Amino acid sequence: MDQFAVKVFVRLRPSVLDPAGEATKSASIKLGAEGIKSLRIGKMIEVKIEGNGENEVRGKIDLLCQRLFANTVIEDYEYSLEKL
Amino acid sequence: MDNFTVGVVVFPGSNCDRDVSWALEGCLDIRTKYLWHESSDLSDVDAIVLPGGFSYGDYLRCGAIARFSPLINALDEFVKSGKRVLGICNGFQILTESGFLPGALVANKNLNFICDDVELDIVSSKGGWFNNVDEKQTIKLPIAHGEGRYHCDSDTLKKLVDNELIALRYKNNPNGSSFDIAGITNEKGNVLGLMPHPERACDETIGGTDGLFTLKSLILK
Repeated sequence: MDQFAVKVFVRLRPSVLDPAGEATKSASIKLGAEGIKSLRIGKMIEVKIEGNGENEVRGKIDLLCQRLFANTVIEDYEYSLEKL
Repeated sequence: MDNFTVGVVVFPGSNCDRDVSWALEGCLDIRTKYLWHESSDLSDVDAIVLPGGFSYGDYLRCGAIARFSPLINALDEFVKSGKRVLGICNGFQILTESGFLPGALVANKNLNFICDDVELDIVSSKGGWFNNVDEKQTIKLPIAHGEGRYHCDSDTLKKLVDNELIALRYKNNPNGSSFDIAGITNEKGNVLGLMPHPERACDETIGGTDGLFTLKSLILK
């Protein structure tokens, strides 16, 4: 069995308004940060997972992303995978 | 009708389960039974309400974890059999997360948790959930949500409009919902999800009775 560290990034789709991102952008500007064109907030999920090789683990992570980690009606996801 | 029983689902974090039960039993004399989310036996209930609240603390996304409970797994067959399911607020979020209704509910546009009475236009009487005999009708129901902004893509919205699946629209959109949507049904009409709380509008002493009709319609075949 191989063990992998996976980082999953879940983001609101570009077409979905992100009011928390807008509020944070507004606060960033009040802080004095200049030049911010857009600011959107997503989630990062870290998973340690075992499996027989990278392909099997990718299969499991794809299932988790599609069915649980992201709601694909409103969110996109991507992930990176590192063998431990 | 005498033995008609409405199952009121209780998740960890549900907080409108007792209100729904009170409204059904106390105001409408309809028998209710609490269904713990780990139960998958729906054989002795004739209709189901998924009440409002914060199932599983709204972790990950509202309704996302509840979707994997044994009860929601058993709901598929229940819905296919034509029995009626009403999802209120968090219940609506669970119905979209689990795919019984299209779209999703996301954070209110202004980020506020909104607790207010809202005026709603009854758009469709599909499924008989609203008393909309012939002309456009407006009702007033309370809302209480932080993540009630209905979102769907344009194809889904077209389908909702074309098939008359939009049940309720806000008169003054409080949360930024697409097309002012406050509630929708499935194509068959036996599943209704809405953000407003009909169970909180069942007695004049608490501000109105516009929610009675919807709860009463649970007993329709």
